[in-house]
Amino acid sequence: MPDNLLKDPYNIIITGVGGQGNVMASKLLGNMLVGRGYYVTIGETFGASQRGGSVMSHMRISGKSIWSPQIPEHKADVIIAIEPVEGIRVLARYGNLTVKLLCNSHPVYPSSVIRGEAYYPSPEEIETSVRNMAPDTTFIDATGEAVSLGNPILAGVVLLGTLCGTGALPLNRKDFHESIANRLENQQVELNMKAFDTGFRLLKN
Amino acid sequence: MSYLTDNQNKDYLLMGNEAIARGALEGAVSVASGYPGTPSSEIIEALSSVAKERNLYVEWSINEKVALEVAAAASFAGLRAMCVMKQNGVNVASDFLLHLASSGTRGGMILVACDDPGALSSVNEGESRTFARLVEIPLLEPGDFQEAKDITKWAFELSEEIRNLVMIRSVTRMSHASGNVRYGQLPDTHARANFRFDGPLSDPETGPVVSMIVGASELQHGPQQEKIKKAAEIFEDCPFNTYEGPEKPELLIITSSACNLYTREAISLLDVKDRVGILKLATTWPLPPKLMKRHLSCTDRILVVEEVLPILEENIKILAAEMAHEIGPKTFYGKNAGNIPSIGELNPDIVASALSSILDVRYETGSERFAEEAMLLVETMAPVRGLTMCPGCPHRASLWSIHNALEMDGRKGFVCGDIGCYVAGVFPGGFNTVKTLHSMGSGSGIASGFGKFKQFGMDQPVVAVCGDSTFFHAAMPALANAIHHKSPFTLMILDNRGAAMTGFQPHPGTPVNAMGEETPSLDIAEICRAMGAKVEIRDPFDLEETQQTIHHLIEHQEGTKVLILRQACALSPERKDKPKYKMEVDEEVCLGENCGCNRFCTRIFACPGLLWDEEKGVSKINDIICVGCGVCADICPAGAIKREEVV
Ligand code: SF4
Ligand code: SF4
Repeated sequence: MPDNLLKDPYNIIITGVGGQGNVMASKLLGNMLVGRGYYVTIGETFGASQRGGSVMSHMRISGKSIWSPQIPEHKADVIIAIEPVEGIRVLARYGNLTVKLLCNSHPVYPSSVIRGEAYYPSPEEIETSVRNMAPDTTFIDATGEAVSLGNPILAGVVLLGTLCGTGALPLNRKDFHESIANRLENQQVELNMKAFDTGFRLLKN
Repeated sequence: MSYLTDNQNKDYLLMGNEAIARGALEGAVSVASGYPGTPSSEIIEALSSVAKERNLYVEWSINEKVALEVAAAASFAGLRAMCVMKQNGVNVASDFLLHLASSGTRGGMILVACDDPGALSSVNEGESRTFARLVEIPLLEPGDFQEAKDITKWAFELSEEIRNLVMIRSVTRMSHASGNVRYGQLPDTHARANFRFDGPLSDPETGPVVSMIVGASELQHGPQQEKIKKAAEIFEDCPFNTYEGPEKPELLIITSSACNLYTREAISLLDVKDRVGILKLATTWPLPPKLMKRHLSCTDRILVVEEVLPILEENIKILAAEMAHEIGPKTFYGKNAGNIPSIGELNPDIVASALSSILDVRYETGSERFAEEAMLLVETMAPVRGLTMCPGCPHRASLWSIHNALEMDGRKGFVCGDIGCYVAGVFPGGFNTVKTLHSMGSGSGIASGFGKFKQFGMDQPVVAVCGDSTFFHAAMPALANAIHHKSPFTLMILDNRGAAMTGFQPHPGTPVNAMGEETPSLDIAEICRAMGAKVEIRDPFDLEETQQTIHHLIEHQEGTKVLILRQACALSPERKDKPKYKMEVDEEVCLGENCGCNRFCTRIFACPGLLWDEEKGVSKINDIICVGCGVCADICPAGAIKREEVV
């Protein structure tokens, strides 16, 4: 039996916009946890992902069994938002007052906003209203960090590092290394480790 | 070596589709074929990735009907075969499917159909299960990821036992979800193929394999029905049909597939496991009557939880009616009674609400206040993400040019759309150019019809679009029809070199096949020319020339014309991460709201790689999103958007 979780099943949602590496982040996290002996169920919504649509991965982590690939409303324990407005959307449907929200502060504008038909809230507005709903929220410039590492796609990995830094899951740097070591090329492994460490440290400061 | 062919004694995290692929490998599959379609594509992809290693023959066929024919040939030659498609694909394959079910099979053969309840990535939420009953073949529905693997393996044995093909139905939340799977053994890979035909017509093992013999239904339809009866008998003891709950439940829930997982969660949410029993069926057609009778006898109230059409519900009701004198009257809950919605996909909350009203227990999803505030937050702060195309997508440029040319023409011309990323042409992201949209290849067929209505006074220019993969799949017969009947329309083939929407699977026009081997690529332009169409080829990124060409083609309404708009998809290996231009907006030159251009770049063209800088009132390039195609430079009438070639 693996270590006890804070709650069983422990529910994580990773959300963002197509092309932000959502699916990869959930796969990496899932593999780490299965490696640790847990049951993991992941439900992906990526139908329109290639075309800049909202994407969402629901993860259920359990010491006992598989769970539904869709998390019931308001039952998320952690929300990782690679895009802030997607974080708001998921928070509204699956969040609760005690949810832990890790939010990338970098926006991706919907086409309605680019066209000038819809309003995209300012960073301050997002921060105030989100904290009001979910006091345990951390904003991170994951995309900024990822760009300085050379590729914005690493934002998801930065956030995974942050998640592991919170201690919410029994996972460490070694688990992450194992989960990528045999799937990626050496150079990529190094880059991903850097992104993970950056995220991990961000929360410590 | 791939993790799919590993043999360690540990849990693997597999996508449902990968689990089906692994099940096929454990079940000694030799031949697998399919046509790409979400959510089914990863099964063939997984098998093609291990084809060499496992001595398989895997192909992406030209369409689903041919895919089924290729797989059937394998079965006739004694090999185990699998054919994979999404729900819409079964419609395409259905003509041959009916005949195949009638002729029967030899080597174990499985048809995997992946449905998409809620149409998350489809143009409809079609229901493939109806086909199993229609063509009288057994239907299996895995209830979790481990079962997706195990049932696939088992299905080959079942198929060989009844000598007919077996259908496995998955859904998006099974195919595209992942969970723990434990592997079984992989068999050796030395299958031999040989087609025997010397025996008498009536011998299923040695005779010719033919569908219904005219006027002699007893020769084939009779034996076919014996097969389905035999399947029902086997299903009585199928290890994948399970019951969990009290001996005499207050309510019996009968379910299958992903709904099994939603139902379990709903029972746990409401904490009613002492009151409710759950019969999870893997064998949903034909239903095993004795098993059903045992369970139906235990209670008076039955809830059926399933997605899309109430097929399971209706089949259970038929059995219950036939057995009424033995099992007594029942109250049914489900789709027909309105407890379960009749459209869209289900989830644990929907099942919990249904259970809560049937059992009269309260279901609270969370604090009401949180939910109310949350709704408000979404309304004010979370702008919707409409369907659009990727930054740098060649379809945006193509649709832009088509749109402009039709506007300029002024006779209310329109586009008959087709299936591919260019479905976005229905929406503002594709400039609302597409006015009809149905199935694969239908744009061309509909356009072929529209083109013929001059005698009724219709003079609107007619344009059809289709992708390169769609052209081969189903547009070719429609084009031949149009040319033969001199239907004056223009077919725009948006050739982005591969089935981009589903992940760049090869098709007859690409130089490699699913096995990664070099293959002759069929030249779309030459095919169209040989058919008798006037053919032009343009790069859609050259807006001016493209628009002029389109204008010219639609101006003269004679004969069927083809314009191939050739440019690789922005996500294709040849373009991904390789920007051609470095883009920049000259803020001095951009006139912003005052330029009289109606902010063309952002308001109308609206590539997601562009931004509107509210403060400065000028356009801006979003460096993280822009892929440097350079097209927007030609959109700006003021010449404010500059491109510089990346060297
Ligand atoms: S160059 Fe212009 S049109 Fe092309 S991707 Fe960048 S912003 Fe979009
Ligand atoms: S970039 Fe060009 S098209 Fe866009 S607002 Fe400025 S002047 Fe107008």
